[in-house]
This record gives sequence, structure tokens and C-alpha cells, in this order.
Amino acid sequence: MTGPDFVALLPLLVLAGTTLAAMLAVTVRRHHGAVVAVSIVGLLAVCASLPVAGRVTPRVITPLLVVDTFALVYMGMLALAALAVVGMSYRYLEAREDDPEEFYILLLVATLGAAVLVASRHFASLFLGMETLSVGLYGLLGYLRGERRSTEAGVKYLILAAGASAFLILGMGLVYAASGTLVVEEIPRRLGATAGGEYWLGVGFALVLVGIGFKLAAVPFHMWTADVYEGSPAPAGAFIATVSKGAMLGLLVRYFVLLDAHSSPRLMAVVVFMAGASMCVGNLLALLQDNVKRVLAYSSIANMGYMLVAFVAAGALGAEAVTFYLVAYFATLLAAFGAIAVMAGDGKEPEDIKDFRGLMWRHPWVGTVLTTALLSLAGIPLTGGFFAKFYVLTAAVGVGRWALAILLVANASLSLYYYLRILLVIAAGAGEEHPARPAMSFSAAGLLAAMTLGGVALALVWLGVAPDPFLEVIAPAAIQLVP
Amino acid sequence: MILLVLILLPFFGGIVAWLAARHDPLWARLVSLVTLTVALVLVAVEWLRLLQEPSAGRWVAEIRFAWLPRWGIDVHLALDGLSLLMLALTFFLGIAGVVVSWTEITTRVGFFHFNLLWVLAATSGVFVAINLFLFYLFWELLLVPLYFIIAVWGWEEKRRSYAAIKFVIFTQAGGLFLLLGTLGLAFAHQRTTGVLTFEYEELLGTHLSPGLSLWLLAAFLIAFLIKLPAVPVHTWLPDAHTEAPTAGSVDLAGLLLKTGAYALLRFAVPLFPEAARQVAPILMALGALAVLYGASVAFGQTDLKRLVAYTSISHMGFVLLGVFAWNEIALQGVVMQMVAHGVSTGAMFMLVGYLHERVHTREMAQMGGLWSAAPRLGALALFFALASLGLPGLSNFVGEFLVLIGSYRVAGPTTIAATVGLVAATVYALWLVQRSFQGENVHNWKIKDLVGKEFAFMLVMVAVTVWLGLFPQTVLDTARPALEDLRLLAMMGGAG
Repeated sequence: MTGPDFVALLPLLVLAGTTLAAMLAVTVRRHHGAVVAVSIVGLLAVCASLPVAGRVTPRVITPLLVVDTFALVYMGMLALAALAVVGMSYRYLEAREDDPEEFYILLLVATLGAAVLVASRHFASLFLGMETLSVGLYGLLGYLRGERRSTEAGVKYLILAAGASAFLILGMGLVYAASGTLVVEEIPRRLGATAGGEYWLGVGFALVLVGIGFKLAAVPFHMWTADVYEGSPAPAGAFIATVSKGAMLGLLVRYFVLLDAHSSPRLMAVVVFMAGASMCVGNLLALLQDNVKRVLAYSSIANMGYMLVAFVAAGALGAEAVTFYLVAYFATLLAAFGAIAVMAGDGKEPEDIKDFRGLMWRHPWVGTVLTTALLSLAGIPLTGGFFAKFYVLTAAVGVGRWALAILLVANASLSLYYYLRILLVIAAGAGEEHPARPAMSFSAAGLLAAMTLGGVALALVWLGVAPDPFLEVIAPAAIQLVP
Repeated sequence: MILLVLILLPFFGGIVAWLAARHDPLWARLVSLVTLTVALVLVAVEWLRLLQEPSAGRWVAEIRFAWLPRWGIDVHLALDGLSLLMLALTFFLGIAGVVVSWTEITTRVGFFHFNLLWVLAATSGVFVAINLFLFYLFWELLLVPLYFIIAVWGWEEKRRSYAAIKFVIFTQAGGLFLLLGTLGLAFAHQRTTGVLTFEYEELLGTHLSPGLSLWLLAAFLIAFLIKLPAVPVHTWLPDAHTEAPTAGSVDLAGLLLKTGAYALLRFAVPLFPEAARQVAPILMALGALAVLYGASVAFGQTDLKRLVAYTSISHMGFVLLGVFAWNEIALQGVVMQMVAHGVSTGAMFMLVGYLHERVHTREMAQMGGLWSAAPRLGALALFFALASLGLPGLSNFVGEFLVLIGSYRVAGPTTIAATVGLVAATVYALWLVQRSFQGENVHNWKIKDLVGKEFAFMLVMVAVTVWLGLFPQTVLDTARPALEDLRLLAMMGGAG
């Protein structure tokens, strides 16, 4: 490895360094604010290091990693999402945990794993990244040891994720047996080297897809989603919905390009099936929920379906559409979970739809942010979700996938029902008097939560009103990935 | 520039009204009133300019700047006679909405006016946007504030959420098909010319295969017919109308339905002239069906507001009939009908609203003999009922008459069937007045008559109705160049 290699790896190195710094800070003295500060500074430093790394890209570093604009854009998204999660966790954990410091260490570890995934070009780095991500997640999901359901969420995820990893690694083994390489790019070229290679390669890829599909919570690997979202602490829910899924999807985009998978009708049929099934199942199940976190869980399954629709469109447009959708989706879910986390900071974590009654009038700002997030999920103009839907449909129509596009339209209309139902509850009780809120005492945690919520809400509206600056970053990255 | 101002004025006016209401709800009302009056005056100025010097070009006013260069999407707004009439209607009925809410809306007044003004901002956007993407954006934006108006300030707690959600799902489903159609058209354009654009003027005359053209037209029609609404996709309308607060009903009937009609005129036919010609007989038949169905179902209602809602379906049937007749007379009738229906049905909903405020029921069986208790209310109701049934000398007559003459040349039997609708209209309109205002005051109603600004504004609406009925030439002159232009576009597109 040479100097420029290290420059290109700077975001990963800074992230790893931040994790270490956070660990050391805790060993010196347990102080919640200090760990939060270290995490925030570190994640901001990661963002700052991206343009620096951008000067030496694209660059293949060891057979394992490739740092190009696409990877850097995704690392930026992941770091910002992690930052938002840190921002909403401070006040949330301050209210309910005695030892909240390790939460941030786990979060940084998981983010590091996610960042490795988006730069992976080798099955080994896929596995390493995914396990690092998962290990962090187990801890995050079950962090509230006092609450049975949080522990349940953590254990459930642990067992199922371990199973998924087993599928993944067996798949990798078969792919290696058939092609003799783990470098993704070379697999198609090595075909035919062994007798019956094609058959085993197909089986191998199917097993790898099971592992990836689990992480994406795409149907039919979605069973864990609702329980885990419901039981886990709100910031951990936000993290698994955004960082974990986003990294996996970024990886999938890259692998499909490297494998030229879009020219394989059988693989595409699987993706089309997963897209359609995720949309329909996610939306239908969401209709029946009264728990808002579960609604968000099923809606995230449906959203994964929409993203896979964009994914079906080959080429730079598909990659661009997926990435833009992901950006909008990050902002939306962070806003939604952020609002829940802020409400939970006052005491009980709101879950049932009844807990949200009159939120618009009790907490006008939180209510507005949650409303914006729900409108974005519903794809209403002036929010990021509107352009996201536009992008996905554009990608689908652009490659002539009319049936999928019409299925998406039907699903998007259906999904309005449960988003609007929550909106209605938020705005209900217009005439009722609400007990005056106790004056909010000033605290760093409260300020940070407010800033985080304001920031993601602003991003959400910005994406909906003037997405051009984002597109100017995303489009070249997609073009560099798919020349 | 003026066009951007007309959209941004209510947009920011809404935010100011919301914030101002923290002080005193009265401020929200005043801010809204001033905002809308200013907007209406601005439109009036443009109108006078248009009448004095009929411009040579297609647009009276235009503004265009880049928004998303990546997708060839510009903010492109333009005004012609047709849009101008719709804008005038928008702000006029906006003021009506503020006036009628003055006593009716007492909770969350600031948020209400915020939503009301955003509805108007989005509506004016729909009427002046000529970039198809931008048009779609406004089309969708319209839904949310209207949803809140129905869901938060509607009548019965249970039914209003059902009505509001049904309304949004119907119209949003239509909207997404509109997006699909727009994308399909833009990509077809890109395939033949290599340029990805959503500009209306560039997409006109795109070369399409007959099959694709039909499919795309179908996608557009789903969106527009749901909004119009045409039978059989009208079922959201009676619920939404009945549950909405009065200002919501006024704007639904007066504006939202007009966006559907306007879109048919501006987009559906000119963009796909050949396909439109093919399906015209079917759609004219649907129009005639809506006229008859709406009128006969209206007759069967016992709920006053629901009755008025069904008359809307009947009136918009004439619009559908006229649009697909697509000759000069029919189109003039369509425009006239749009304006006339906006004013007369708006007024009718306001009267029903005032009545409901006073007697706390909309059941006609509970009423009767109200004329003696509130003669002004009764007289006004009779006046607008007569306007609604198409009495010569009042506004609706002009519109319906022109539509029928124009359509008869194209499709005789269908038009004759629709004409029967006029008879049915006479029955339901007079029945309405008969059951609620005339006869003995058996329930001993003692109610306050209309006074002050309520009465004054109703007189303005009466004046407008009479003016439109006796001197329709002003409106027809305003719309004529725009309509000729649309007809020309459709002809050229068909030839090329």
C-alpha cells in the first residue's frame, strides 16, 4: 500500500480512529456527553475527509476494497445518518439508561462495517463488513437491558442474522468452488473453468442473495422486521432502517454492475419478484397495524420494494435512482424515528397510534416534523419522497417495465391509507385543550435533539424543493460506477 | 413575474396567517382576506390588459427559469385567457371561503387558513403551469391541505376521516397514473428527438404510435376524470363534499373539479388529438350519463348538502360532453359552464352552510317553512336553485345551452339524452326549495337571517351570476383566443 492508498482510505481510518477514541474515552472516565462529543466530532471528520479522499479516486486498494466516488457518496450518507442517530440518542438514553456510553461505540463499529460494505469488491470484504455491522447491531437493538422487548429484539436479530450469515458464507463457498475466485469482477470471466460451474454458481448466488435479502428485509426474508423495529430503542431502529439497509443496497448496486447481472434474465426475475412481493406484502401488512413503529417497519419493507424497482433499471440511471431514493428515504426515516425519540425523551416511548393524538397541538414542532416525514413517505410534493417516487418511476418506465411501474402506483396509492391515518391522529383533537407543557429546561441533550430533528427536516424539504445540488453529486458517482 | 407572485402570495400568506393566529384568530382571517383580495386585483388588472389589447402571441404573461436541469424540468408558468378565467375564479371563491368560515371555523383558525391558502396556491399553480412535471407537482400538492381541511374541520368525527382518506386515495391514484403517462410521453419524445423534456409546448405533436397514444391518453384520463368527476369514478365526491366544512365544499366544487376540466382542455386532447377523437363517442356518452345520473340521484337525496354535491356531478357531465365535442361553440360552453358552476354551486354550498349553522341539521325533512323565518336566505336559495336548473338569463343557462348546441352537431342522440338532464335539474332544484323553505313552518324554526358581510357577499355572487347570464360576451371573448389556439394545436397534432 502506498501513500495515496491511505489517503483514499482516510474516511475508513478516521471512522476506526473515532471508534478507538470513544472506547478510550470511556475507559478513562464514564461521561455521556464526552462520548457523544467524540462521536460527533469523529463523524464530522469522516465527512470532511471525503473530499480529500475524492482527489485520489477511483482507486483499487488490495483485492478487497475499491474507493470511488460512488463509495464516497455512500460513506457520506452513512456518516450523516449515523450522526443524526447520535444526535437523537443523547437525550433518549439520558432519560433511560445508566450506562449509555457503549451505545455510541457499538454504533460507530456498526457504521464502520457499513462503510466497508459500500467499498467492497471482494466476497471477503463483504463478509467482514457485514459481520462488523451485525455485531454492532446486536448490541444496539438489545441495548435497553431493563426492557424485555428490547432484549427480545436483540436476540431475535442475533439468531436470524447468524442464520443469514451462514447462508451467505455457504453461498460464497459454492461461488468459489465454481469460479475459483472471490474477486467479484472476475467471477463472470472465470466461468466454464470447472465442469458444471454454471450450475453451482447459480446456487451460490442464490444463497448469497438470501443473506443480502435478509439484511435488506426484502420479502420473503422480512419476518424479523416488525418485531425488531418495535422492540428496539427508537435510535437503534433508525439506525437499522437507514445505515444497515443503505450499505447493503449500495453493495448490491455495485455487485450487480461488477457481475453484469442485469444481463442475466434469471437473476433479474428474482429481483423483480422480490421487488413486487416486498411492495405488496409490506403495504398489506402495514394496513393492519396500530403500532406506529410496526407501521414504519412494514412501510420500510414496501420502500425496499420500490428501491428494488429502481434497481431493475440497468445502467447509470438505475444506480442514480436507487441512490437518490436512498438519500430521501434516509432523511424521511430519520425524521420519523427522530420525532419518536424526542417524544420518548419526555418519558414513555410512544408506540400505539393513540399516543400520537393531537401531537400537532401538543408539540407543534415535533408534530410538524413527523407530518413532513409521513408526507414524504406518501410521496407528496415539496418533500424528498416526491422526487424519490418520481425517480423510481422514471427508472422503471425508462426501461419499459410498465407492469412493475403500475404495480408500484397501485401500492403507493394503497399505502396512503395508513400514512394518512397517522396524520389524521396527529392533527386530531383540534378543539381540545391540552395541559400546558412544563417549561422545557435548557439542556445540551435537548438542544442536540432539536438540532438533529431540525436538520433532517430541513434536508427533507430541501430534497423536495431543490434536489439539484444532490443530483450533481449523485449523478457523476453513478456514471463513474457504470461507465 | 406576475404568475410567480400569484402562486407565492397565497403560499406565504398562508404561513403568515398561521403565525398571526397565535396572537388572535381574527388576524388569520384578515391576512387571508387581504392576500386574496390583492391576488384578485392583480388578476383583474391582467384581465383588463388582455381585453384591451388582445395579444398576438399565445400567452399573455409568461415566466420561465431552470429548476432541475438534470431532468429538463423548468419552472415554466404561462397565462392565457382560459387560465386567466380560472385564476379569477380561484381567488374569488377563495375570498368566499374566507368569508364563509368567519363564523363557522372556530378551532385552530390559523392552521385552517394556512391550509385554505395553500389549496389556492396549488390551484393557481395547476392553472398556469405548462411544464408537465410542474403541473403534476401542483396537482398533487393540492391534495394535502384539502385533506386536512376535510379531516380536521369536517362534520362528523367518524365519517369525515373516511371521506377525507377516500378522497385522497382516489385522487392520488389518479395522480400517479398522470405521472406514468407524463413519463411515458416524455420518454417517447426522447426516443424520436433525443431530448428529454417535460415542456408542454415541445411535447405537443410528439409522434406516437396509435397504440401508445391511446394508452397514454388513458393514463391522463384516469387522473382527470377522477377529479372532474365522471361516472363511475365519482364516488369520492358526495362523501368529501358532505363532510367538508363549507369553505372546503366551496373550494372542492368551485376549484378542484375545475382542475380536472381544465386539464382535459389543456392537456388531454391537444397532446393526444388522434386518440381523443377515437374515444370521444365513449366519453361523450359518459358525460351524458353523468348529467342524467347526477340529476336523478340528487333528486333522491334527503341530505341538503349531498343533494348539492350530486348536482355537481350532473353539471360536470356537461363539461365532459362539451370537451369531447371539441368544436368552437361547445368549448365556449364548457368554459362558461366551468365559471358558472363554480359561482352558483359555490353559492349554494355557502347557503347550505349558513343554514346548517342555524338549524344544525342538513336533513330536509327537518326543515320546511324556513322562508318565513329567514326570507333573505330563502330568496337567495331560490335564486341559486334557479341558476342551477339553467334558467335563461342566469349563468348556467349560457354554458349548458352552448354545450348542447355544440355537441348536437357531433353526436345527436347522446346530446338529446343529456338534454333530458335539464328537466331533471328543474325537478331537483325546485324540490330542494320546496322541501326546505316553503310550506308551513311546522318545526317552528326561529332563525337569524343573513346579515352583514354574509349577506353582502351573497349579493356579490348574485350580481356575478346575473352578469354572466346577461353579458357572457366578456368571458367568451377572454377565452376565445385560447380555445382557438387549443383547437388549432389539436388539429396540427392530428395531421402530423
